Amino acid sequence: MSLGMVFAILGAALSTALAGMGSAWGVGMAGQAAAGVVSEDPDQFAKVLLLQLLPGTQGIYGLLVTFITLSRIGILGGNMITDTNTGLMYLFACLPIAIVGLISAYHQGRTSVSCIGLVAKKPDQFGKAMLFPAMVETYAILALLVSILAITNIG
Amino acid sequence: MSDLDYVYAVARIRVKEKSLLSDMDISQLAGMDDERGVLAYLEDKGWGDQSSSGNSEAVLAAEERKTMQLMRELKIDPAVFSLLSYPNLYHNLKAGIKEICTSESNAAAFYPDEKYGREQMLRILTDKDFKALPDHMRDAAERAYEVMLQTRDGQKCDVIVDRACLDAMGRAGKKQKNALLKDYVESTIAVTDIKIAVRALRTGKNAAFLKEALSPCDSLDVRTLAIAASENEEALIGYLETHGFREAAEALKESPSAFERWCDNHLIETIRPQKTNSVSMGPIIAYYLARQNEIKTVRIVLTAKANGFSEEATRERVREMYV
Repeated sequence: MSLGMVFAILGAALSTALAGMGSAWGVGMAGQAAAGVVSEDPDQFAKVLLLQLLPGTQGIYGLLVTFITLSRIGILGGNMITDTNTGLMYLFACLPIAIVGLISAYHQGRTSVSCIGLVAKKPDQFGKAMLFPAMVETYAILALLVSILAITNIG
Repeated sequence: MSDLDYVYAVARIRVKEKSLLSDMDISQLAGMDDERGVLAYLEDKGWGDQSSSGNSEAVLAAEERKTMQLMRELKIDPAVFSLLSYPNLYHNLKAGIKEICTSESNAAAFYPDEKYGREQMLRILTDKDFKALPDHMRDAAERAYEVMLQTRDGQKCDVIVDRACLDAMGRAGKKQKNALLKDYVESTIAVTDIKIAVRALRTGKNAAFLKEALSPCDSLDVRTLAIAASENEEALIGYLETHGFREAAEALKESPSAFERWCDNHLIETIRPQKTNSVSMGPIIAYYLARQNEIKTVRIVLTAKANGFSEEATRERVREMYV
């Protein structure tokens, strides 16, 4: 296996690993808050579940970027990489979603926790409570777009 | 435990805060004709339990039990909870010493406590087993007990125990990492010192008494406070106005009950920022203190109604609520 191939696989792995770690943290944190609310007021289950799920999207974006990368570097399809430069390009193309996914999921988790507290006190404010963590999602989507555009334009 | 370990507990507290009485609820209670109406309103709000119906003391005791049960379920750091329970613990010590020295039984004077409730406290004091008490209260318990036995001076006994309580809170508060606890302890000591100074002024106590009773804290210079309180009311008001307690001075000028109300309201102001905190122990402590304030306020309203106080006189005595 060429060094370029190693770099490309490293990039693919980082997308899933870092974005997934962020999502696991965010969903776990929001899940604790959701459990606290449901233990006192089970009627809020559906609302707090949606808020808990929001930080989970970064993990999915990371997985998507990993699939696209693997399908272009000869693992799931495409041509095997033979040169180091192309491998490095794949690695750097994967970094936006890996890094932004990790950080945005962490912050989205914290925002979700606060918004679960808001729903706990004022269930009728659920619509507004959804918007605050959704704002954090913007930056994960931007990073996803950059990663996908970069990967699909290599070679 | 880190702040993030309290996410579950804080979320539960957020739901619980919905059932706290608001200023509007208290205003409605104050406007009711009699004690029965107040109890009916509280029972509609879920206060009391099956065995407490119609009995005001039983309703309040049931609410105390519910709060303690919730705190146990939330697994608050025992050191924190122990600090919050210092005032009740020292109160039980005073009640125990007085019951033994005067041979007058008064079970209602004790706060329920698993380790230092009435039975345990009376046994410790009867056997002079002061080592069974927590470290921070042993010396004060022994001293207050001896003073009460020899002089029968209940006030002197109270001064020793109350000062020991404030000193113990101050020491424990300084060790705490939680900012709310530090602020709460500081505010409690400052407010209690001011309260002691005001009462000493009204009963004509001298500077030596104040020196013994006042506990040092960062927000007050207790020596200057003692000098001001041993002079006259103008000097005390002047001290408060120039040392960051202008509202206390205003309340003091208004009436004694307005001043007592300021004391409790000041503590509620200390915990109010916790309403917007999502990830620390702060909101849980704030909820506990808010419940204590709520129960105290309801007790004031019930007592006022039972004694036929007017609506205006009742309103003057009620405290601000947390929500």
